[in-house]
Amino acid sequence: MEKKVGVYICQGCGIGDALDVEALKSVATDEFDVAVCKSHECLCHKPGIELIKNDIKSDGVNVVVIAACSPRVMYDVFDFGSDKIVERVNLREQVVWSHPPQDEDTQMLAEDQLRMGLAKAAEVELPEPFVAEDLSKKILVVGGGLTGMVAAREAARAGYDVVLVEKEPELGGYLRKIYKLPPATPPYEKPEDVKLDEFVSEITSLDKVTVYTNATVASIEGAPCMFDAIIVQGSKEIKERVGAIVLATGAVPYDASKLEHLGFGKYSDVVTIQQVEEMFLSGEVKRPSNGQPVNSVAFILCAGSRDPEHLPYCSSSCCVEVLKQVSYFKENNPDCTVYVFYKDLRATGVYELFYKHLQKQKVFFIKGDVTGIEDDGSGNLVLTAEDNLTRSPIMTEAVDLVVLATGMVPTTAFGEPYKAPTSEEGEEVEEVPPDTILVSNLLNLKYRQGPEIPALKYGFPDSNFICFPYESRRTGIYPAGSVRSPMDYVRAIDDAAGAAMKAIQCVELTSQGKAVHPRAGDTSFPEFFMQRCTQCKRCTEECPFGAINEDEKGNPLPNPTRCRRCGVCMGACPERIISFKNYSVGMIGNMIKVINVPDEYEEKPRILVLACENDAYPALDMAGLRRLQYNPWVRVIPLRCLGSMNIIWIADALSKGIDGILLLGCKYGDDYQCHFIKGSELANVRMSKIKETLDRLVLESERVRVEEVSITDYHKLPKILDEFAEKLEELGPNPYKGF
Amino acid sequence: MTEATNRSILVVGGGMSGLSAAVEAAEAGCHVYIVEKEPYLGGRVARMNKYFPKLCPPYCGLEINFRRIKTNPLIRFFTLSEVVAISGEPGNYTVRVRENPRYVNEKCTACGKCEEAATTTISNPFNYGIDTVKAIYLPNDFAFPFRYVLDPSVIGTEEAEKIKSACPYGAIDLDMQPREFELVVSAIIWATGWQPYDAEKILYYGFGKNPDVITNVMMERYASPDGPTAGQIIQPSTGQPAKKVAFVQCAGSRDENHLPYCSGVCCLASLKQATYVLEQYEDAQVCIYYIDIRALGRYEDFYNRVKEDSRVSFIKGKAGEIRRTESGKTMVQAENQITGEITREEYDLVVLATGMVPTTAVDKPPVDIPADENGFLLETNGNIGIIPAGCVKRPVDVAACVQDATAAALKALQLTARR
Repeated sequence: MEKKVGVYICQGCGIGDALDVEALKSVATDEFDVAVCKSHECLCHKPGIELIKNDIKSDGVNVVVIAACSPRVMYDVFDFGSDKIVERVNLREQVVWSHPPQDEDTQMLAEDQLRMGLAKAAEVELPEPFVAEDLSKKILVVGGGLTGMVAAREAARAGYDVVLVEKEPELGGYLRKIYKLPPATPPYEKPEDVKLDEFVSEITSLDKVTVYTNATVASIEGAPCMFDAIIVQGSKEIKERVGAIVLATGAVPYDASKLEHLGFGKYSDVVTIQQVEEMFLSGEVKRPSNGQPVNSVAFILCAGSRDPEHLPYCSSSCCVEVLKQVSYFKENNPDCTVYVFYKDLRATGVYELFYKHLQKQKVFFIKGDVTGIEDDGSGNLVLTAEDNLTRSPIMTEAVDLVVLATGMVPTTAFGEPYKAPTSEEGEEVEEVPPDTILVSNLLNLKYRQGPEIPALKYGFPDSNFICFPYESRRTGIYPAGSVRSPMDYVRAIDDAAGAAMKAIQCVELTSQGKAVHPRAGDTSFPEFFMQRCTQCKRCTEECPFGAINEDEKGNPLPNPTRCRRCGVCMGACPERIISFKNYSVGMIGNMIKVINVPDEYEEKPRILVLACENDAYPALDMAGLRRLQYNPWVRVIPLRCLGSMNIIWIADALSKGIDGILLLGCKYGDDYQCHFIKGSELANVRMSKIKETLDRLVLESERVRVEEVSITDYHKLPKILDEFAEKLEELGPNPYKGF
Repeated sequence: MTEATNRSILVVGGGMSGLSAAVEAAEAGCHVYIVEKEPYLGGRVARMNKYFPKLCPPYCGLEINFRRIKTNPLIRFFTLSEVVAISGEPGNYTVRVRENPRYVNEKCTACGKCEEAATTTISNPFNYGIDTVKAIYLPNDFAFPFRYVLDPSVIGTEEAEKIKSACPYGAIDLDMQPREFELVVSAIIWATGWQPYDAEKILYYGFGKNPDVITNVMMERYASPDGPTAGQIIQPSTGQPAKKVAFVQCAGSRDENHLPYCSGVCCLASLKQATYVLEQYEDAQVCIYYIDIRALGRYEDFYNRVKEDSRVSFIKGKAGEIRRTESGKTMVQAENQITGEITREEYDLVVLATGMVPTTAVDKPPVDIPADENGFLLETNGNIGIIPAGCVKRPVDVAACVQDATAAALKALQLTARR
């Protein structure tokens, strides 16, 4: 498109009082030769907007540069339609609100901000959405238990075709093995019927749901809206093209044979909660050892869970499962003696009412650790425990049955760790933190990075984000139910519907060429200039979402519909061949190039700040809102993610005479806050490369610094920025100034 | 997909659940209206300092959700608004909404000139009344929409005129009136959230009389860098650092006389707030009085992390009485169920882990939605197109609210598809 740039400088909110607007205008007209440059006393009001609209209409302005407030505000009034490029230059929050008015250095800052905006506007092109062919909006649900069935039903009810794959001969999963469900309706005092047959026939009768039982997923290749799954059913191979996937393969009980210290395997009357369900389901409530009725029972909670030797986490549902089984026994025989040994009785929410109800019956709840289980000589079992409440050792009466509340292990926690192909010998290797991917044979993805979804701790492929619990590391694949996190039935039902919603949203956005979360709706995507690719594999290895496969020669094979548009690949590429239409190495490079760097003797240092646009950039705005002041040497460029930082920018900036570079990104490590998982971490990894650049230029390594900044750290920012400026002053000016 | 003519849904409540439901539905192609009674979106989480277990700021995720709203033309929202009437049936509801006057129009640039001109102060609702704000104020630093609000109490005064003339942009409209309008939607998501249980009802804890007894939601404000003390955890009666702090669990919850249910989140909230104190003062002493520590799933790791700090102790026992002593400290009396002793310990500050009351228990929706006796809305089936989401349904944490809201968005989508 032939660009015609219009620059509009707002004088409101103190901008006009603090800055020399005429001088600013001459930057645009003299240095950048823009077609139109106007100022207005209050650009966001109707007359201001009309002024711009008029220029668009009569003068053909199609690139609108607004030099006013932060792009985070007045986003709606400065929207001139999707065929116009709008670039916002932040003169309010980050210039006049955070620096003294009528000051030479504030003016220079404003002028540089405008230069950077103009340089960017010159490079930006309107993105054209990626439109693929033969798109599918079908949803594949892997696992036909409670979660899978609910996901399938809910997606179908919204009008989407569903393929449901279950490895067992019948649908139902764990529900098939249980007698009753915990209470879910008021007054929350009685276990409820499972009604599995009704549920299964409802699923199988839905026209939109195709069910494959006795079936597994042999492989999945492709990307959202273009996943090609091969489903194996006996000797049959079925091919299905699907748009998105819900992983609902559930969890399995912790292997009780590892709980020998609790008598499992040693005494046949020590059973698991699963065995109790079977007893009641079959109506054979008897002691396994002698077939006699059960008149006394002891439950041991956290059998395996909350135990660093076994499962360090809490399995969430066992407390309530045990309460449910206590009520089975009490209903079966009101005189049955029941002991429950617990650490904490975790009956949250309305389950508390169920717990209270049972406390009124004759049940002994004992907070304590079971220390031993012995046969009393007559075949009955005696438990000894340390009672935490009385601090005394206690011994139960002999009981007929001991039940272990074994925890749950996600089906993703099995299998050997996958090892991605590594770079060949002799090649440079950066230490990219590896992902945990176990070959658990559930999805069998044909992804370069491994066949399953990367797991968080303990094998759960859960999201690390509290606000975005469905953000898995593989676009278009949403884990739900107990595979994602230990949870009870009620929560799994919600989770299933939520994951189905995310799958639907994914196919809807993808089919329009739009990104999914967190840049939902973004139509830009990375393009690769393959002629210059050196097959270094940086992009394929660093993409946090596994979006890029590679061919046998090591060439990247991008999958745009898997892409989350963070730009990590762009930052990783040493050849700089990866660009978005509206975000590229060249674009940021040009923004750096136009920064005016005064000579050494002028004592006006320059600091380039590359800031994460989600967190650090808004924090800078907030510092402005609070009128916190910091040095005027900083020149801020927002990045989609700090991981999109290409080290050429550092080299460009330093060789131009910029004194220091501050990278403001999100927290990384176990509790990472980076919305693109690894972006800030990767930026940090690249610091080793930056050191090489600095060494080559014979510059001090302190000239480049990374700081973790969260969105609410704005009160800390002035200190961070000023301390860095002081450090640079100590180092003295960058000797490349003036070259 | 059925081609529907009206694919609109209404989300009542612009907190975490409502926002999530709205953006999730809009990103799947629905037209969404959000009706929020406060002058800003974000709800209760906006007033939190950090989330457990990551100890990350809620505004990080809110910023993303606000951006999703800003960039999605399918979402419209109304603040200072409430639903006054609903009629119709699933697939076709007419909803009457009342928008209360903000007295500040869309010309506001948040430049702050009005605030400089104002002299009257009012109790700051954002900080639970711990401090005050000017009668014209920006609800909070990250307020979305980023626009001032005038408190109705100054309407008709000279000061109001002064404020009005201080605005260079003609953004103050003192004649603004409540406005009512109708929306036609296929489904309604009810996500009006929760309120902290009124701690004054627990007489023996002295809340409301003893300034050094505060609630957990107030603790969030004290610990927030944008809170009344700029993040300093203090003893309110003296303003001195509060280094010895007690957390009293189940303040109202699991109690037949107050809330019979467990509020689900308070254990983790107190563990989290313990880290605020520990981080701030090296010589901190924190004690948590509890019945059971309910840290489900991987939250167990967080519990273990807090437990490992030698400055934290736990007493299994429900606090029986909290009272101010002559030394100016606050004494917590409890029966330690492990030792059997009656413990009496003095603290600088006592934080009551007050439970969650569903807003629907206090503020009844204008139509009948099935609820249990505590006011929690029950899951509705397709016969009722009003879908509960988040804490109006169950006392849960943020991640569970988002999960539930996403599920509710699908239920609403189904109703739009059915039309």
